[in-house]
Amino acid sequence: MNIRDSIRERLGDKIKDWKETSSRRIYLSVDCADIREIVGFFFTELEMRFATASGVDTPRGLEILYHFSFDRTGEIYTLRVLLKDKKHPEIDSITPLFKGAEWIEREMWELLGINFKGHPNLKRLLLAEDWPEGEYPLRRQNEP
Amino acid sequence: MSHRVIVPIGPYHPLQEEPEFFQLYVEGEKVVDIDIVIGYNHRGIEKLAEAKHFDQVAFLVERICGICSSSHPYAYVLAVEDILGGEARVVPERALYIRTIIDELQRLHSHLLWLGLAGHFIGYNTVWMWAWKYREPVLDCFEMVTGNRNSYAMFKVGGVRRDLEEEDIPMLKKAMDELLPAVDMFRGAVMDDPVIRSRLKNIGILTKEQAIDWCVVGPTARASGVNIDVRRDEPYGVFNRLSWNVILQKEGDVFAKTVARILELYESISIIRQCLDKIPNGEIDADIKDVPAGEGIGRVEAPRGECFHYVKTDGSNRPVRHKIRAPSFMNVASNKVGAVGGTISDAAITLAAVDPCYCCTERLAVIDKPTDKKVMNGWDLIRLSQEKTNQLKEELKDTLK
Repeated sequence: MNIRDSIRERLGDKIKDWKETSSRRIYLSVDCADIREIVGFFFTELEMRFATASGVDTPRGLEILYHFSFDRTGEIYTLRVLLKDKKHPEIDSITPLFKGAEWIEREMWELLGINFKGHPNLKRLLLAEDWPEGEYPLRRQNEP
Repeated sequence: MSHRVIVPIGPYHPLQEEPEFFQLYVEGEKVVDIDIVIGYNHRGIEKLAEAKHFDQVAFLVERICGICSSSHPYAYVLAVEDILGGEARVVPERALYIRTIIDELQRLHSHLLWLGLAGHFIGYNTVWMWAWKYREPVLDCFEMVTGNRNSYAMFKVGGVRRDLEEEDIPMLKKAMDELLPAVDMFRGAVMDDPVIRSRLKNIGILTKEQAIDWCVVGPTARASGVNIDVRRDEPYGVFNRLSWNVILQKEGDVFAKTVARILELYESISIIRQCLDKIPNGEIDADIKDVPAGEGIGRVEAPRGECFHYVKTDGSNRPVRHKIRAPSFMNVASNKVGAVGGTISDAAITLAAVDPCYCCTERLAVIDKPTDKKVMNGWDLIRLSQEKTNQLKEELKDTLK
């Protein structure tokens, strides 16, 4: 069974939107609540490699894109979640599933202010110790 | 209870391009834990990119790293070309070949740089001097082809900025012919030398399961048996039209990482030779005017592993969001398993084996926790590492005869 069918069969209507911008770039929109289950399925069962995650501040809310590389076909599957509550954005951490996500979640936590629930070691990674609390450099609220 | 000592490594040195700060917790000789702190050189490049237009961003990301300075612009232009319909559809043939040549020349000089420093750390200063001697002609090639020994400014969306001159091709071929015997020598020096073998075998082991768990990339992953290489998995440039091999090792120790990099030198030389034989005439730039709204992902196999760029656009002349993930971001984190459990004399080479920037290790200092008295500095740790090699040489003297 090819990988697209496996994903469709297993996740069904948990995928809110399926978009392919090219033959090797697949973007799937999912709900925040399902993220740990879906990431676990991608990483353990489909044996995808976690490349990184991109946090984006959009007018509708904070978006997180989890980029997974399926190295057998060279495809990149990106899971897209939208955190609508900009005041208290939070989502389940995926670091308990595999170690490779630890740093990028810490980075998004300090640069975008997203709280990752269940992260084992949520502390500053890049910013200086004297950087003020509650200031998130990649947020857009300070821009004209 | 045994006496626990903290060994801080890093973070600053004027030569560093990637300052990192490792705190080794040491009991006796053994490393029991490690704390990694990064961010000393966080320049906010992702944010800066949002204020530059598409042509300028290529120059900006070139300055992320001085060693793999073509990987970042390459991954970035691939991301933008992904929005435009893909590199193969947008970029002229000749430019694809030139991009591939630049990419592989960069791998040659980066691996030779690593090999030299690795040699120095274990007390093989001849390897150090010779590796850097043979790296020099590669930099000369860069100077001839791009005008710069580093930061080549070759990449732009839709093509390359400078054409390969007719007389460059025989010069590059000659340089490759001359480099090959040197690589042969390094292979002999490392793979057949019993001292280097026993010095590097079974230290800093990253098993295949750990490599997958930490999502490491590049030679660090391939030395642990994880079969990934962006050049093969998602070919860019002309890699899918050439014949070359992905170098795979399974032990995951420092020796396997060294061997993997040396064998990759052969593949790079072969790739460059094939490109020089096949390169067609024609345009080098597609002259892209506008980038439509959309999002694209570009990735290349940098010398240290997959370099990942995500670009989101809105139809203006600047990216809305530009996410950059350098390979060391994944690899350095895995030192948590590589260095712990080893001895302090292996720490320098183990931390270095993932090929982060080396200069960090010159700032090693051992501090006795209760008194905060400095008892060792960076050179002492390198000396420790070199002494262990000499000790091994003594032990192996009889077998070497």
